[in-house]
Amino acid sequence: MKHIRALGHGLALFALVLVQVPTALIALLGVVLSFVLGMVFLLWPSVRLVRWVTALDRRLINRWAGLKIEEPYNPPPPPPVRQRDGWYRDGRTLYRKPTIPAFNARLGWLVRDPATWKELVWLLIDPWSRTVLAAGPTLLIGYGIYQIWQGNPWGLLFAVAAVVIAPWALRVYALYAMAMLGPNHATHLVGQVRHLNQVRVEAADSQAAELRRIERDLHDGAQARMVAVGMTIGAAEQLLTTDPEAARALLSKARESSATALAELRQLVRGIHPPVLAERGLGDAIRALALDSPLKVDVSIDLDERPESPVESAVYFAVAELLTNASRHAAKVTIDVSRRDRALRVTVADDGPGGATVIPGGGLAGIERRLATFDGVLALNSPPGGPTVATLELPFALSAMEPESPVSGRRAAAMAICWSLCWVPLIPQGIVAGFMLIFGAPTKSWFLALHMPAPFQWPTVFAMIALGAGMLAGGIILGASANDEKALGC
Amino acid sequence: MKVVLAEDLHLLREGLVLLLRAHDFEVVAAVESGPDLLAALLTHRPDVAVVDVRLPPTFTDEGLQAALAARRKIPGLPVLVLSQHVEQLYARELLADGTGGIGYLLKDRVFNAEQFIDAVRRVAAGGTAMDPEVIAKLLASNSRNEPVARLTPREREVLELMAEGRSNAAIGQRLFLSESAVGKHTANIFAKLDLSPSDDDNRRVLAVLAYLNEK
Repeated sequence: MKHIRALGHGLALFALVLVQVPTALIALLGVVLSFVLGMVFLLWPSVRLVRWVTALDRRLINRWAGLKIEEPYNPPPPPPVRQRDGWYRDGRTLYRKPTIPAFNARLGWLVRDPATWKELVWLLIDPWSRTVLAAGPTLLIGYGIYQIWQGNPWGLLFAVAAVVIAPWALRVYALYAMAMLGPNHATHLVGQVRHLNQVRVEAADSQAAELRRIERDLHDGAQARMVAVGMTIGAAEQLLTTDPEAARALLSKARESSATALAELRQLVRGIHPPVLAERGLGDAIRALALDSPLKVDVSIDLDERPESPVESAVYFAVAELLTNASRHAAKVTIDVSRRDRALRVTVADDGPGGATVIPGGGLAGIERRLATFDGVLALNSPPGGPTVATLELPFALSAMEPESPVSGRRAAAMAICWSLCWVPLIPQGIVAGFMLIFGAPTKSWFLALHMPAPFQWPTVFAMIALGAGMLAGGIILGASANDEKALGC
Repeated sequence: MKVVLAEDLHLLREGLVLLLRAHDFEVVAAVESGPDLLAALLTHRPDVAVVDVRLPPTFTDEGLQAALAARRKIPGLPVLVLSQHVEQLYARELLADGTGGIGYLLKDRVFNAEQFIDAVRRVAAGGTAMDPEVIAKLLASNSRNEPVARLTPREREVLELMAEGRSNAAIGQRLFLSESAVGKHTANIFAKLDLSPSDDDNRRVLAVLAYLNEK
């Protein structure tokens, strides 16, 4: 069934050639007109058309071959910003309206994005690769039937082999499409830079806001009280000889004021960096939180080192926030802190009624923002009826347990073998040997299939083609996952 | 009475020395770091130690660790711990051996010399002196505890003062009650919390703290 479905999907993809070819021609015409005749307004619709077709391909490949291909496009340019004098600047020209600067920015974005050109090339050459890979098995079946009709019993083997390799062919086609339509390393980096930029801006913003809050608290609180203390003591000094009783009353008032100032400072310090966190580290700080909570809190800490201080602080405040949330609905909470390789993972689970969601601007969103500075994520699982489980994961919070695992070295070797040797079984030992079998070769040379006894010759050819295609696909997959990891690691 | 003092801020240390001397304490050593404190406690074996939690060289909880280490070597060594902030976690660690002779106060309490000296004397005598803020936190984290919630407001006040380590007489003075009225409240509290009553002030306080720490 799976094989029949793969055949059908391959044919359907092949049928899309009917859309691809006209699209490619129209888009090509649009691009040529916009560059040769200066009709730049045609570029945007042409590229939109191309992107629409490739988006369809990505969607179908995702659905049929189970391979998710991300969009490789650079982020669109920000809208033009109005200057203080009401004009819009684009290079050295000023415009009264934002239309032309926006158009220019979009044009530059399209022209500079390599994906634009890559996709146009894809539309022009893909009909051929699609015919071979996606529709190949079906064509092979047709050829087999034709052979049988001609009285050649070997035709049956073609048909059966075509059915057998159909899912593989579809998969190989999908991988090829991923290499062409997916993001490459550079696009990955562009995405990462954009993400980091955003995180940096948010971190700087929230830090500035925090500093402003601290300044205001100090200014209105402790600082003002200390001024009052000083004045009261001064007044007491003057009254000391004339009215000792009044002086004593003033001094005791000054003492009270200073005690209040201290209490306020203590509160402030707790909000900036809790002393217990500085003194004991994350584990004991979380235990202290658990003790102060009215809930029954089970804490299990499995941590053999202290993360960097900012990480500790972010995790501490996140756990504090989660505990406060839980205390509104739940009676019992379990906190678990552990490491997974270099990642720090904290799970906070409560027995509340569930249904928690991340609301923009809410406490949970604040946790997400704070963790994002360290590439951390908050995963919230809170089905209606509970329980609620919040998991914080900070991927690089801890130092590496041991140097790079040998697996990556082995994988690099496997990748090199796949890439460098896949052509041997695929082309000479597979396809060429097949042709030699069909047309009758004068010599056997190094073609393995020709040395086989007659009944095994064709199976050998197909096995070789399958091996070669498998190695090619393996090379692509290993390369893609290695790139992903590199992108994450840096 | 012999006192060992550990405090890294020069002004505060000198102030405490003056204050203690003025109340007839003999300050045998005033040190400013964790290792010095441990050495001083072990050589002088004072009647009471007044210790700041955060001390050099690491400025973490050196003072607390030194005090706990000394108490492991000299069981029951009276220690009054001072800090800019109070944590239930530290209070538990100090009370863990259940022998008493423990104080844990905010540094602000030094402002009120009379009460501070009273606390030092109480600790030296093997009693307890817990900061009101520690007790408030302790009660807050017990707010969902059925028996504690059943206490009347007056009984709660008595419980707070008792947990701070005060005697019935002192509680009565504080709340403007007769000592026998305080005794009645205490008996009610013990009945509601299902604790066996005791006439000994220190043992009573330790029982209450152990109960509240059970959560």
